[in-house]
Amino acid sequence: MAYFDFEKPIQDLEEQLKKVKEVAEKGKVNVSASIKELEQKIIETKKSLYKNLNGWQRVQISRHPDRPYTLDYIENCFENFIELHGDRNVKDDKAIVGGFATFNGETVMVIGHQKGRNTKQRQFRNFGMPNPEGYRKALRLMKLAQKFNKPIITLIDTPGASPGLDAEERGQGEAIAKNLMEMSMLRVPIICIIIGEGASGGALGIGVGDRVMMMENTWYSVISPESCSSILWRSWEHKEKAADALKLTAEDMLKNKLIDGVIPEPLGGAHENPIESYQIFKSEVIKLLNELKKLSPKKLIDTRIQKFSSMGSFIEN
Amino acid sequence: MSWYKRVKEGITTLTSEKKSVPDGLWHKCFRCKKAILSSDHEANSYVCSHCNYHDKIGSREYFTILFDEGKFEELFSNIKPSDPLEFVDTKAYKDRLEDTIQKTGLDDALRVGVGMLSETPLVIACMDFGFIGGSMGSVMGERIARAIDFSRENKIPLLIISKSGGARMMEAAFSLMQMAKTSAKLALLDRAGVPFISLLTDPTTGGVTASFAMLGDLNIAEPEALIGFAGPRIIRETIGKDLPKGFQSSEFLLEHGFIDMIVPRSALKSKLSQILHLLAEKQITPKNKSEASA
Repeated sequence: MAYFDFEKPIQDLEEQLKKVKEVAEKGKVNVSASIKELEQKIIETKKSLYKNLNGWQRVQISRHPDRPYTLDYIENCFENFIELHGDRNVKDDKAIVGGFATFNGETVMVIGHQKGRNTKQRQFRNFGMPNPEGYRKALRLMKLAQKFNKPIITLIDTPGASPGLDAEERGQGEAIAKNLMEMSMLRVPIICIIIGEGASGGALGIGVGDRVMMMENTWYSVISPESCSSILWRSWEHKEKAADALKLTAEDMLKNKLIDGVIPEPLGGAHENPIESYQIFKSEVIKLLNELKKLSPKKLIDTRIQKFSSMGSFIEN
Repeated sequence: MSWYKRVKEGITTLTSEKKSVPDGLWHKCFRCKKAILSSDHEANSYVCSHCNYHDKIGSREYFTILFDEGKFEELFSNIKPSDPLEFVDTKAYKDRLEDTIQKTGLDDALRVGVGMLSETPLVIACMDFGFIGGSMGSVMGERIARAIDFSRENKIPLLIISKSGGARMMEAAFSLMQMAKTSAKLALLDRAGVPFISLLTDPTTGGVTASFAMLGDLNIAEPEALIGFAGPRIIRETIGKDLPKGFQSSEFLLEHGFIDMIVPRSALKSKLSQILHLLAEKQITPKNKSEASA
């Protein structure tokens, strides 16, 4: 079990609980009362800890190695998934996966960033950092969904679009830009959910939707707190300050009207109880889909464009 | 022998009659360091006559170069920056804004003007790199969005001149969403069939490249500009080696198929005029060709 530094009180209590349980196993003393008491205490400590998380702590949870990734959600919330590959141009990007699937009895197109769990997988998935062909594959699949009139669900979890020689050569900027423009005009419902990290253009590249949701313990901003610290403070030391300054939590993003809603997670984060996470996810997405299915394509597009057009903060004289 | 005999007098001006050289009379090239008369430099559209370096210029200069007789009407200057997140890094964003406004005489990193270019109407949205690195915040996004609407409603072609380091970090996700906003508005312009020309100048990177700057019906670049998504420093750090020569230059992008042409600044107005006349619903020939290429 890996603990974050801010989870120290929980770690202490759980270690204490383990010791008490060991004593109980030897069977000499009846400790069931103190076990119960400790378990209760752990839940209460977690509740109070998780109620007041700051920006940097949310960033840490969003990167927890056991957190469900796109393919986990697809496996547990969708059926009949058929993965489709390639951008029909240069190659198949492994950092973005997608395909048709059944969701709550109807066909949808599901697309998302994919990270790896071990070193080998991480390299294979390029750490969830797509190249231009990833965005172009995503757009190809979205157009396919539009053709067959199927709703689109995108799952966002990326530390950013890949910064590399190949990416620049093949037009990373153009690929993302094209998606922003095309997604705003798609005639089918689009639901975008940040399930982990939402870093900048790399996230937004599959993030223009009728409903943009954030899971409770995720972040979404124009830059990662580390890079922000390195650029504005000229050192990596100030990442916690940067995380707070960027107002990147789901709560702040909703307050600033930059997302449409927050999907709650089980106590301790999605990785603590994935089954419960999938259930919450599913019921939330069903609700959203039902809302959007009532709208005509024209209404969808107009409202979508209107929503993004109203984002910003300025003074008008 | 005249070899040893002075035929001309030396300096005859008395010290009291000495004329001083006013400041700013000479311009020293940023790249080749050679000096040139400022008035000549300006007449040459701020391009070094020795090494062809295109000086970083702002909206004032571009408007003067492109609009006929430098005349235009400024639009949406009533939109001013704010500090939605009360952002503080090494300096408070509020103070940074105030200082930059004081220093530059500008109120944000982009201005919009409508006027005539070689007798055809044109909306120009032009960035000012001097204002926090030409970074895109809510004001830039909103002014561009309204410029696009203005173009669409009045059927006047749009030119956006980009010169920016990307999104403005002090407005965090607000600035990120300007990418979606401007791109969505461009989709509407696209559907209306009104031409949009994107001019990419040195430098154009980050969120600007990943939105409107790459979405032109025609993408044009000035010579030797840095154009890319990730900045060269980040890429160098990621791949752990030096970047190939000319990587992310205008010439590199032309070679890889992301821009239509490279146009030196001296030919910019005549090239734009040619394009606008070709795209006009009813083709019109400019009356005076030499004027157009001035």
